[in-house]
Amino acid sequence: MSAAAIADTSKHRGDVALDELTSQREVLIRGTHTFHDITEIVCRVNETEIKKTPRPFIFMFLLAGSVFAMFGGYVGFLIWEGPGIWGNNNPVGWAWDIVNFVFWVGIGHAGTLISAILYLFRQKWRTSINRYAEAMTIFAVLAASACVALHTGRIWMDYYLFPLPNQMGLWPNFRSPLEWDVFAVNTYLTVSALFWYTGLVPDFATLRDRATVRWRQLFYGALSMGWRGSMRHWVTYEKAYQILAAFSAPLVLSVHTIVSFDFAVSQLPGWHTTIFPPYFVAGAIFSGFAMVLTLMIPAREWLGLKDIVTVKHIENMNKIILLTGSLVGYAYGMEYFVAAYSGNEYEGFTFINRSFGPYAWAYWIMVSCNVITPQLFWFKKIRTSVAWTFVLSIFVNIGMWFERFVITVTSLHRDALPSSWDYFVPVTEVLFLLGTFGLFLTLFLLFVRFFPAIAMSEVKSVMPQANPHWEGYGKHAGHSAPAHGHATAAAVEGGH
Amino acid sequence: MASVEKAKLWGVLAQYENPAEIFHACEQVRDEGYSKWDACVPFPVHGLDKAMGLPPSRLPWFVLSVGLFGSAFMLFFENWTMSVAYPIVVGGKPLFSLPAFVPVWYEITVLSSCLTAFFGNWVLSGLPRPHHPAFNSKAFERATDDKFFIMVEAADPKFDLEKTKTLLSALGASSVEELENS
Repeated sequence: MSAAAIADTSKHRGDVALDELTSQREVLIRGTHTFHDITEIVCRVNETEIKKTPRPFIFMFLLAGSVFAMFGGYVGFLIWEGPGIWGNNNPVGWAWDIVNFVFWVGIGHAGTLISAILYLFRQKWRTSINRYAEAMTIFAVLAASACVALHTGRIWMDYYLFPLPNQMGLWPNFRSPLEWDVFAVNTYLTVSALFWYTGLVPDFATLRDRATVRWRQLFYGALSMGWRGSMRHWVTYEKAYQILAAFSAPLVLSVHTIVSFDFAVSQLPGWHTTIFPPYFVAGAIFSGFAMVLTLMIPAREWLGLKDIVTVKHIENMNKIILLTGSLVGYAYGMEYFVAAYSGNEYEGFTFINRSFGPYAWAYWIMVSCNVITPQLFWFKKIRTSVAWTFVLSIFVNIGMWFERFVITVTSLHRDALPSSWDYFVPVTEVLFLLGTFGLFLTLFLLFVRFFPAIAMSEVKSVMPQANPHWEGYGKHAGHSAPAHGHATAAAVEGGH
Repeated sequence: MASVEKAKLWGVLAQYENPAEIFHACEQVRDEGYSKWDACVPFPVHGLDKAMGLPPSRLPWFVLSVGLFGSAFMLFFENWTMSVAYPIVVGGKPLFSLPAFVPVWYEITVLSSCLTAFFGNWVLSGLPRPHHPAFNSKAFERATDDKFFIMVEAADPKFDLEKTKTLLSALGASSVEELENS
């Protein structure tokens, strides 16, 4: 395909039918594409022969794969030696392992928000990005699970986390936030995977029916379970999808709430606050959307998906980043207010120490990335600029990692007994963090290569011609956005 | 195709080009009183279930019952492990500490409901089903792409090969073919 032709259309931000917040169907998918065009655009990536895989993709995959392999080696080392290879000390018993865990779980939240909450709110623009975001959720939660499963020291005892009695008949303590967390994260992972797979089945069927090679026929045939698009099936399917969405929506709020309980239920100054649940949830959505953008902007460029993932989608996501980023900034301020207003000197000390103590550098990185960066999205120029968005999304990712670092480490390094105060310095943890990125990106690249990265059937269902009463572009009084197709029609032709 | 024996005939398959056509065709087929027929579409066409006269899915009832059961079981289970199987006081909380039981209770409610919704969906639809007579049709490969199909089974009491084919053609089918059992 001529990527240049499609790339060219993105410069036409002049067709700012995109910028209307009217949610008119027409602006969701650019150009006058037919249903078949959507199939072609999306499937092309999956149907490229293995031998013809683009070079940049192979390069990225080898890079991510070697980091993942390094992670495997590192995990072996960790299991052999134990967490002594980390810089954790007294009093900083929780450090990067937990920081990384909270970071990755938070990332996942955007996927669930897009797939569940926006679905329930009938936000049709979600159809272009939900598959991606859901995949990101699953891989992020897997990375998080790896962090938390590997930090236990004797990982062969991890089954203690599950509701099984031990050799003395003692059960795990269901009153403990750490046990709540096990259930929250496992439920989250399972439900996200079910939701994702349910959405994938009709698209796997499309790939099966188009398959020209035996292995693809078998692979997608098995995955699609014989889906044939029967309307009788769609009725149940849509109901199942709705139910999964309805149950996932509160999960967006509950998972990070329960993660925050790991901190908030303890008695440590800086952790023991009631603001934690909403503050963690806002931060999770904030970081998740940033990660979706970080992944999506290069992908839409390389995979030729610009007509499906438009600047409007990016702008909408930036608005959510602006909202949640402001909530996070507010929460930072409120923490200080509560520390001052409570008159509790330990709480007060923690917060003064946080901004001016030994870890002040981390605190100020966090504030500049999380509070200042999203405010730039008030400017339309910036939030509709792909390049700006990409750069700012990376800042948000960095800032949100540091937020978890600040919360976890600064509260711990000054405990109630000044004689045990210490400064935590990471040793080999960098490889641990890097390794989880390797895991995440390897899975993500495999997903993009072999699974339909855009929910084809959902995108088709929000196209104007999907309406049985549609009469043609610009012909129907109810759908008046005749101006948009002009600049793209030529480019679309070039795209095939 | 015409030489296909009656016994091997599974039904007829008609192809339509757009949502409007399939919508009106389905309304007609429904009004003709057919019962063993189906529409296969690449995405759920809005309102097509009504046009086909399909009843709402029974799935929510399964989800509700299993969800309630899972929920009740988990609350019982938490209380049983914490205050009966091995009663032990941790953190000064009472043996039956309801507020502290809520998170796990809630998660299991969600999990059991979602598993039911997921598996119930495939079970109620009779999937996985690796083969279907329609898969013998070359045209049907586009049912998951951009074409819209109606199939009427020969087992339908109202089925009459010629009449049914004429009806489907008259409703604007771009092609009508017979499907064999296989």
